[in-house]
Amino acid sequence: MAREVLSGDYAQSYAAKLARVDVVAAYPITPQTSIVEKLADLVVTGALRAQYIKVESEHSALQACVSASALGARAYTATSSQGLLLMHELLHWASGMRTPVVMGVANRAVAAPWSIDVDHADSMSQRDTGWIQFYAESNQEVLDTVLAAFRLSEDEAVRLPSMVAMDAFYLTHTVEPVDVPEQADVDRFLPPRSKVGTLDPHRPTRLGSFTSPEHYTEFRHAVASASKAAAQLAPTVEEEYARIVGRDLGGPLPRYLTDDADAILVTMGTATTTARSTVDALRAEGRKVGLAKLRRFRPFPSEEVRALGRTGARIGVLDRSFTYGAAGAAATEVMAALYAASPRPLVRSFVAGLGGRDITPALVRSLYRHLLEEEGPEVVWADLKVPPGEATAEALHG
Amino acid sequence: MTAGLASPLPPPIDTPLATVPSDTLTTASWRTFRPVIDRGLCTRCNLCWKFCPDIALELDAEGYPVLREAFCKGCGICAVECPPKAIVMEKEV
Ligand code: SF4
Ligand code: SF4
Repeated sequence: MAREVLSGDYAQSYAAKLARVDVVAAYPITPQTSIVEKLADLVVTGALRAQYIKVESEHSALQACVSASALGARAYTATSSQGLLLMHELLHWASGMRTPVVMGVANRAVAAPWSIDVDHADSMSQRDTGWIQFYAESNQEVLDTVLAAFRLSEDEAVRLPSMVAMDAFYLTHTVEPVDVPEQADVDRFLPPRSKVGTLDPHRPTRLGSFTSPEHYTEFRHAVASASKAAAQLAPTVEEEYARIVGRDLGGPLPRYLTDDADAILVTMGTATTTARSTVDALRAEGRKVGLAKLRRFRPFPSEEVRALGRTGARIGVLDRSFTYGAAGAAATEVMAALYAASPRPLVRSFVAGLGGRDITPALVRSLYRHLLEEEGPEVVWADLKVPPGEATAEALHG
Repeated sequence: MTAGLASPLPPPIDTPLATVPSDTLTTASWRTFRPVIDRGLCTRCNLCWKFCPDIALELDAEGYPVLREAFCKGCGICAVECPPKAIVMEKEV
């Protein structure tokens, strides 16, 4: 195992290389990242034997990956914000055709107004496309999760695509030491793809073509079942990864100091690191607070959330995006999972960190204080600078 | 089902793989324009056949395009693409 200093972008690239992807397709302009630039480099120098397909848009990039995957290739692409939005149609095709493409997503805010900073609205608004979704906290987790995602996605019982999301700038453009596994270990963990459900040019069949009402529901239900199967298989995949590569990924909802907690914050991505150090500081002051990291948003870990609910703690869910007309997307899922819990814990939706606004230790402290002490509304825009009702042109546009 | 086309392995039931060819479904009863091909002008370049987004054109033994009415939506792409303008869209009566 070699220790290298890698950005989150390069952690994605090296993971795709270690996975021995057959096909990479990408569109190389804003909002693309250096993930696919590095992969192009690896292909050109012969370090990675893959077909690198240059396309004219993100829509076509995913189409190329889906088609390659339908033929049994291991396909990878990466995108971000507007690019992911443009892929939306093909996201449904990928899951419906049961093509286990893996995609890196640099989580960035979506327009309007234009932004290139961290925010989860791009991938959270792809919630219902049938993709498995992971959110990474560190560059190490990015690399490990991409490899585990290939294995889970390609399992014969799953055959669903995965996106591995990471916070823009904090992960994509900052570097940290990353343990890069040996190729031989990755090869043992991730064998070549099974041909089940793939096309064979010598025996023509049609994949995903017109379907009558007589069959459509069953194919949709099959995607739902496959998503369930992914949740059931994920622990085995992670155990295998830990056994062969030696790192524990921690399941879909790793917990930190939650057993005796009065208040628990659920976080995604890099906000988790800030929250963990804030938990340590608050614990040192005698506050019983805990943390749970939502590593996998789809399939949603409802069982694990119910177990978290049984601690009896108040739960705050910190979303870096918002579902307009409702609450934070992760918060609504946590609330739904806990609906039948008895007693049902108090759950609050905190929205913060949109468009790259920093989630600071002071902000996290205020969220715990809010949970422990206040009888507030269910949805709190926690870092809003201009209070509602006080918005003026000057306050908004500076 | 067309003999010889079907895979000998049954497709997994959870995958929308169809072993029957797509011309088992006729899909164009609602067409309002139809392409009419003038063989005198046609150079047998095959561009119309390539550009047709459906399976509505096939090539006969001599290489001339022939319309398969059951699949032609009357979109007119073939007429636009034809270099010698050998295809004219005519209103259905
Ligand atoms: S009109 Fe459209 S569908 Fe019909 S043959 Fe021409 S290109 Fe094909
Ligand atoms: S595009 Fe025009 S010239 Fe070419 S084959 Fe079709 S009808 Fe003939």
